[in-house]
Amino acid sequence: MNSIWWNRFLDKAFRVVGIASTLIGLVLLAFFIGSILEEGLHRINLDFLTNLPSRKPEKAGILTAWAGTLWVLALTALISIPLGVSAGIYLEEYARKGPLGKLLEVNITNLAGVPSVIYGILGLEMFARTFRLGGSLLTGALTLSLLILPIIIVATREAIKAVPNSIREASYGMGATRWQTMRHTVLPAAGGGIATGIILALSRAVGEAAPLIVVGALAYVPFTPKTPMDDFTVLPIQIFNWTSRPDPGFVINAAAGIIILLAITFLLNGIAVWLRYRWQKKVNW
Amino acid sequence: MNAIIKSMIFLLVGGFFFAACGGDASSRGGNGDNALSGKIEIDGSSTVYPISEAIAEEFREVAPDVHVTIGVSGTGGGFRKFSRGETLISDASRPIKDEEAKACQENGIGYVELEVAYDGLAVVANPENDWCDYLTVEELKKIWEPEAQDAVKNWNQVRDGFPDAPLNLFGPGTASGTFDYFTEAIVGESGRSRGDYMPSEDDHVLVQGVAGDKNALGFFGLAYFEENADKLKLIAVDGGEGPVKPSLETVMNGSYQPLSRPLFIYVSSEGARRPEVVKFVEFYLNNAAKIAEDVGYVPAPQSEYDEQLKKFKDFVARFRNQ
Repeated sequence: MNSIWWNRFLDKAFRVVGIASTLIGLVLLAFFIGSILEEGLHRINLDFLTNLPSRKPEKAGILTAWAGTLWVLALTALISIPLGVSAGIYLEEYARKGPLGKLLEVNITNLAGVPSVIYGILGLEMFARTFRLGGSLLTGALTLSLLILPIIIVATREAIKAVPNSIREASYGMGATRWQTMRHTVLPAAGGGIATGIILALSRAVGEAAPLIVVGALAYVPFTPKTPMDDFTVLPIQIFNWTSRPDPGFVINAAAGIIILLAITFLLNGIAVWLRYRWQKKVNW
Repeated sequence: MNAIIKSMIFLLVGGFFFAACGGDASSRGGNGDNALSGKIEIDGSSTVYPISEAIAEEFREVAPDVHVTIGVSGTGGGFRKFSRGETLISDASRPIKDEEAKACQENGIGYVELEVAYDGLAVVANPENDWCDYLTVEELKKIWEPEAQDAVKNWNQVRDGFPDAPLNLFGPGTASGTFDYFTEAIVGESGRSRGDYMPSEDDHVLVQGVAGDKNALGFFGLAYFEENADKLKLIAVDGGEGPVKPSLETVMNGSYQPLSRPLFIYVSSEGARRPEVVKFVEFYLNNAAKIAEDVGYVPAPQSEYDEQLKKFKDFVARFRNQ
């Protein structure tokens, strides 16, 4: 068999395999979104968004669930962004690159892969019990912050790494200090990447149910939280709760809840794409 | 479509405003008992959850300023919080265990056990199954015990006269309380079961599985059968006194054995000292019969509720002035 023919065949074969792999993902996603929309879209209306939980599926709403989700999202962002970005900047620009730094780096990368329920157990012992914060919003947000910190740190470092060294050197050459270089050259250039990382990390936090159930988020909360110390529930818990009910009406509610959750996630991802695009246009060397 | 876009805008723009200052929806009751206020924290079994949720929902009309929250940590997880004094009421799908009772005692927490409803397990087959109308507990044990794994795989191994057809089994996954309860009642030890059946934590999947397979046999909560009665065939269970099908009557009068169990709430002595908790529990017992049926469980007879109410009042009287 002639090897030119064989190589061409391989080339074509890989192309077919590649297309098939891509399509499987897309088709499954389309099928999933399609069936969810078909099942739940007609259930979404203003009442569904403003009603409290109820035993009657047609009366039940997700007000407290999405209010809780927004609260948790905002608090988590407030806690995790300053910590994660600072840690990322320090590790990449300031810390000495020795064996200790290497060890830290490997550990942080590993932490990003720890199952979320483990963070829940940590949060329960540390925040809920030791710090006596109970099953409050603050406990949930602190726990989710731990969960997404590694992702933010890694994203920050990658974004800073991508800024060419010549830019830094030019800045030092002008007599700028390390902080001035950071503040006026590196961070503006890396901002798009950092913001994208933060938002992808937050959209992971939005979908978490397991660690929040462990720290004591509840299933039935008939009031929207007013302070960070209030009890709460979130959309994923409400959805999970509804899928385990015998009445088929709750399955429709769950589908409608999933649509809202997906909308929040897509919105966050959309912001990430937009930020990256805007930053890319702004940065011109 | 327009309504959806509007809802979305409302959701996203109005979000923080509502999150920050909303929440007055719970005080719609108007003519309720406004004298009561406070927080009642409930946690525990996800089986009992639908009843407590429905009661809490109705209680909003009675006492709008009392905030009731309910978690679903499971019966064991609920008792752990209860024994630390973190909750005042615990939902339970089984009686409290000795070590849990000890933990309560060590922390100085007294409690009362109140029966609120019954839960029945349904054994089901496909409607096209014309050979099996009932199974004895012995036969069910022969099918589900661990020794049956890779051994009992055909309907004709279950009873002489059953056809030569594969026996396809469906049941809840091992993490479910329903699984614990079935294995304890049928095999004799909680959690002891064969492993080669189609498990799912989602009972809707089990319903679909049995409804789509002529040779299927499965089990799950009675409420799931009632919602899907047209797609399934209910199998009577013979616990020694003839085959009985689960229904409101047979579960309530105790003749459907051994696959029916009482569901409980536990109230702590601290709860007995708080008027809003006392009021809530009395409301619970007065309305449990109707609510239980609403959410797919079997109510206890009225005399039973009267007795529970008396038991609770005695408990309150004992702890109120301590």
